[in-house]
Amino acid sequence: MKEKLSEETVAMRAAKELQPGDYCNLGIGMPQLCALYVPQGVHIQTENGALDFGPLVTEENVEQIDPDLIDAGGRFYTRAPGMSFFDILTSFAMIRSGRMSTILGGLQVSEKGDLAIHSTSEADVYPQIGGSMDLAWGSRKVVVAMTHTTKDGKPKIVKELTMPVSAQRCVDVIVTDLAVIEVTPAGLLLKEVAPGWTPQEVQSQTGARLIVADDVKAVEL
Amino acid sequence: MADVHDGASIAAHSWGAAGTPGYLLRALVQRGVKDLTLYCNNFIPVPDFLAEMGIPMVTPLIPQLKKIVSPFIGGRGLTLSGTTDFLGDQVKKGQLEIEATTHGIFMERLHGSAMGLGGFYSPIGLNTIVERGKEKRVIDGKEYIFEKPIRPDVGLIKAHTADKLGNLVYRGSSRGSNPVIAMASKLTIVEVFEVVEPGELDPEMVGTPGIYIDRIVRIPDEDIASAKRRPEVIKYFTEIILPLMLAASKGG
Repeated sequence: MKEKLSEETVAMRAAKELQPGDYCNLGIGMPQLCALYVPQGVHIQTENGALDFGPLVTEENVEQIDPDLIDAGGRFYTRAPGMSFFDILTSFAMIRSGRMSTILGGLQVSEKGDLAIHSTSEADVYPQIGGSMDLAWGSRKVVVAMTHTTKDGKPKIVKELTMPVSAQRCVDVIVTDLAVIEVTPAGLLLKEVAPGWTPQEVQSQTGARLIVADDVKAVEL
Repeated sequence: MADVHDGASIAAHSWGAAGTPGYLLRALVQRGVKDLTLYCNNFIPVPDFLAEMGIPMVTPLIPQLKKIVSPFIGGRGLTLSGTTDFLGDQVKKGQLEIEATTHGIFMERLHGSAMGLGGFYSPIGLNTIVERGKEKRVIDGKEYIFEKPIRPDVGLIKAHTADKLGNLVYRGSSRGSNPVIAMASKLTIVEVFEVVEPGELDPEMVGTPGIYIDRIVRIPDEDIASAKRRPEVIKYFTEIILPLMLAASKGG
């Protein structure tokens, strides 16, 4: 079996989709790893009400914990010049205003850019939608960072979703441990492949037809 | 809290250590009223030792609840916090109703009631569980879901400082949904670390004007939820949050 990209590499590549000056909200899970690699000058929002906050508290600086400074994942952060606080109403107004980009995790993406983020279904007593539907609908650019296939090898990029949809036609770019794929009106455009993988091999791991870009190349960081 | 009755609807900000009215939530547990409807941001279980430490949380209310309306229920990835099936079969047995919502629309439904509106049409959650049982309408060629306002009987909120007129100053990310809950609720009770005389707050810094506040509760000094009790928060961080951060960075 050929080697796939590590989680860190996927996070680095997904983070590269952001440009200095962009405002961005990062989802829970792999997207939080992206926070370590976003280019300097990207403004990061936490939806419980802060922009441009400082580095997270780690085991090295526990004494800097301030109980009033937490991000959406409940982690403590430090202050930084230029940061701002606001209430959650304002936070989601920002999210739905089209001013922000987002990196989200995903369980499935369809060839039209429909996204399933959670297994939430009619029967599920533990809905965990959080802000994901607002982010997926309202963001200027939606990047999905995920593994290319499930743990048992089934494609997560599919023709039609088989899992409950979170938002329709919202995904712009998919970054996986095998490829970088752009969602275009014509279909899924394969732009980059993991080193050592051919476009045909990536296609064999994918449940929807890929259009191979003329200038397809190895994943660049 | 003495007049909070069985069957009341309660809104409470609930997001980890910041801005969650832990003192008032514990008072509600002690009061023991039943058949409550709870509107909250996150409904996440945490271990008993944290409850004993005074980390604010909503899950001790479970035996008193008839319905939960929340964008986030349960502990995906929070296996350190014990069981992932903390509601047991109460939902299946029909003893507890769960209503899913998106976080932004949850806030906007509170806002709608604060503005005196009868509801609004939203595009968020089309063709998902969010639209279950709701009216849909096409406006200018686009489809929308009708969302009703939320008007809680009682809002439980937290701020850093209040003056005796109820003007509130928030601190850091503890602002959260406290302002909109104050605006939307029929009765709003705030817990604060400090109460000062009118004139002592800088009016430019007031986050919620006193018109929205009915009762002010000062958190007692000895209360463990006080911001001054940092050791508990640090224990919470090192024993719960830090292991989760490490697990997340390993893709757990």
